[in-house]
Amino acid sequence: MIVDSPFKLVLGLGTGAMFGALLQKGQVGKYEVILDQLLLREGRVLRTMGTAIAVGSVGVHALARAGYTQLQIKPLRLGSVIPGAALFGTGLALLGYCPGTTLTAIGEGRRDATVGALGMLTGALLYVRAYPTLKPALEAGDFGKVTLPQATRTSPWPWVAALGAAVLAGTLAFRER
Amino acid sequence: MNAFFQRSWSPYAVGAGIGGLSWFSFATANKPLGITTPFESTAARLGQLAPRTSGVNAYLVKNDEVPRLDWEWALAAGVLLGSAISANASGDSDHGSVPRTWARAFGPSQAKRFAGAFIGGAMMMFGARMAKGCTSGHGISGTLQLAASSWVFAPIMAITGGLVSRKLFGKARK
Repeated sequence: MIVDSPFKLVLGLGTGAMFGALLQKGQVGKYEVILDQLLLREGRVLRTMGTAIAVGSVGVHALARAGYTQLQIKPLRLGSVIPGAALFGTGLALLGYCPGTTLTAIGEGRRDATVGALGMLTGALLYVRAYPTLKPALEAGDFGKVTLPQATRTSPWPWVAALGAAVLAGTLAFRER
Repeated sequence: MNAFFQRSWSPYAVGAGIGGLSWFSFATANKPLGITTPFESTAARLGQLAPRTSGVNAYLVKNDEVPRLDWEWALAAGVLLGSAISANASGDSDHGSVPRTWARAFGPSQAKRFAGAFIGGAMMMFGARMAKGCTSGHGISGTLQLAASSWVFAPIMAITGGLVSRKLFGKARK
């Protein structure tokens, strides 16, 4: 088993604690808030995610451009991303928490979230079991670790600006009641 | 520090905070925020306890993932910890098990809710590991990096989640 240095583990724990506290203060670890979003009754989750994406995008691209970090891109494999996303969405509707907000809800004391996490661990075990069989199907339609700017041979900056503009426009159009 | 004792922050403040935290995690660890990878590596580690039943050896041969206790594992543990501290500070803890909307559709049975949560959690994690990311890893970290995979994942997840929850809970009035 690979074990990171104590410094990296503490850094991860601290980063995670900030993430968990933000999710908790944002009320997005609550079942009803997530269901209200899925049923389009209210938009707190989307507002939070949209702002995070717009703000994150500027800084992460700037850091990468300046050479302080590299982008970490997951491969676009249609054979795994499309069915994976559909299965994920179905499970999300049943459980009512996504993986990060499951952990947030456990931190708040929710017992159904604890059962959900046991289900998640079971799902991971089933994935390990099924992986060797599924591997050829999962790797079908492989376009590699590609970004939208790479795919269109454009600079990332217009995309970053468009994200920011879209989130700002959405914010103004759907102001909080 | 006063704000830390408040229950609810604006979604824009929280979103900006998460965006800023992603700069921090890239700058300090060269990693995006994500949750489900450590579940897979933990499953692989648990699988090693019963290699024949779990089929973990065939998995390890064909995969570059190995059991780890790493930054990502600590990150996931930290989310739970940070939420617990925040909820305690603001008196926002909640020890319930059957949410209102669930109860309107499926009744107040705790066993039923637990069964739904367990199956939902298993499906969600299986899907996340197929796609190599979740609401955090693809939905926030991947989309903000403009990863093509994440911009395919996020809308399919949202539409499927919306349709299934409408089917299950759409008739249950708020």
